[in-house]
Amino acid sequence: MLNILSEMFSYTFLVRAVIVGLLVSLCSSLLGVSLVLKRYSMIGDGLSHVGFGALAVATAMNAAPLTISIPVVVIAAFLLLRISESSKIKGDAAIAIISTSSLALGVVVISQTTGMNTDVCNYMFGSILVMSKGDVKLSIVLAAAVLALFILFYNKIFAVTFDESFSRATGVKTSAYNMLLALLTAITIVLGMRMMGALLISSLVIFPALTSMRVCKRFFSVTVCSATVSVVCFFVGVVLSYIYETPTGASVVVVNIAAFLLFWLFGASRTLFRAKSANAVTEDEQ
Amino acid sequence: MAFITCRDAAFAYEGKTAVSGLNFEVNQGDYLCIVGENGSGKSTLVKGLLRLMRPQSGEVLTGDGLDSREIGYLPQQTAAQKDFPASAFEVVLSGRLASRGLLPFYSREDRKIALQNIERLGISDLKSRCYRELSGGQQQRVLLARALCATQKLLLLDEPVAGLDPLVTQEMYRIINELCREEGLTVVMVSHDIQSAVKYASHILHLQNAQVFFGKTADYLLSDAGRTFTGGKANA
Ligand SMILES: Nc1ncnc2c1ncn2[C@@H]1O[C@H](COP(=O)(O)OP(=O)(O)O)[C@@H](O)[C@H]1O
Ligand SMILES: [Mg+2]
Repeated sequence: MLNILSEMFSYTFLVRAVIVGLLVSLCSSLLGVSLVLKRYSMIGDGLSHVGFGALAVATAMNAAPLTISIPVVVIAAFLLLRISESSKIKGDAAIAIISTSSLALGVVVISQTTGMNTDVCNYMFGSILVMSKGDVKLSIVLAAAVLALFILFYNKIFAVTFDESFSRATGVKTSAYNMLLALLTAITIVLGMRMMGALLISSLVIFPALTSMRVCKRFFSVTVCSATVSVVCFFVGVVLSYIYETPTGASVVVVNIAAFLLFWLFGASRTLFRAKSANAVTEDEQ
Repeated sequence: MAFITCRDAAFAYEGKTAVSGLNFEVNQGDYLCIVGENGSGKSTLVKGLLRLMRPQSGEVLTGDGLDSREIGYLPQQTAAQKDFPASAFEVVLSGRLASRGLLPFYSREDRKIALQNIERLGISDLKSRCYRELSGGQQQRVLLARALCATQKLLLLDEPVAGLDPLVTQEMYRIINELCREEGLTVVMVSHDIQSAVKYASHILHLQNAQVFFGKTADYLLSDAGRTFTGGKANA
């Protein structure tokens, strides 16, 4: 095992990928708790598709991929948030339209420039080979910012997630915090997208939160557990993908699925056990 | 100047008036019940009092040292909250948020106030339990404790007993009554349980998409609106 690890980390590109991946997993899992509870999971998915389109255009223009796609996705995030908050338009349909449009646009642009080659596949399903030194630096800075903002606003994010109208009534600027959440999500998704793939990145947002909610009962422990699960799953996924030569993004998602099932079983059996022992107690009393 | 004054206020959704002709006052120590049938605009008025909605016309004023943020609010529950993973303590503590301003973390004082309110409502043993695993009545007490963390002056409750069984309902009314009579909190409560409303409230506001009656409870029972709505039973 140690051999494999030291072999893995003798490749600088892998070290870079693991650093960025761990940071992205951490950020996405923290934000995911709030997004899942606010029923905003679809936004994460929509954003990754918009990111795909932006990446394709950036490549076609020979521009630095992150500097183009981050602002585009941030704008899309605000737009999607608006749509899902307004009651007039059917939110989920609007999100689906935006995400499929970006996907189609991206594919057309790619086919016109580089042709439908491995690039498309890499964008869709991710590639571990894409991280440049500059990307790593930018990722570290942005991930640190996401983490710092999340910690500073943790209490507000909790209140706004739990009960938006109460928070608003007591003077909390809830729309500002929704925007903050959308902004942080957009940045995180763009950072992780090229490694995990446009089709798979949103699982990093959704899975850890759902997994930890099977077992944890407090918001704080859900948050901590979600972060831990996400980071561990990413690492295990990368190592497995190295050993079995499977695509990184998909491997990480598979490990996340396994973790979910494990936690679900544990949570379900604990509830069952509790119910049984509660029955036993009442029977004793009789 | 009263805590809350409504002058000819009306509220609308996208131009469609939901409730209008609102003229009433809430003074310190009052126990006001807002009654009326489903869809008569009670929750809409509550949103207006909380400044979640702007009046379509007229005005809502707060005064007598009441800041509009010092209103403790107990919302009608949403489905999302019901399966939310949070401990009762986390929920109660979040009532202190507004007093924090931009400061990121709760102080020891905030925790103390949260614990005091938990004790005040007799839910100390539920403190570290998961909110979603509590019964409906217990959840309402947790939310009431949270509202108390946000205010020392005015409680605004939107159907606090909806979905509770009769015993728990009476208990909830007793607690709210105590907070008003013994601790001097002003209470504004939406209710469509008219019998309990006239039993506890000092004032009644009757809505029917417009204001039908506002005044003392005793006067309400003698008014036309009051007689029809209570079916004369409350007099007996
Ligand atoms: N979000 C909304 N958008 C449009 N109309 C609404 C909305 N909420 C309530 N209404 C309408 O406003 C009226 C008053 O509703 P509401 O204040 O919720 O009544 P109550 O709380 O007394 O049952 C109803 O006719 C209802 O259909
Ligand atoms: Mg209502």
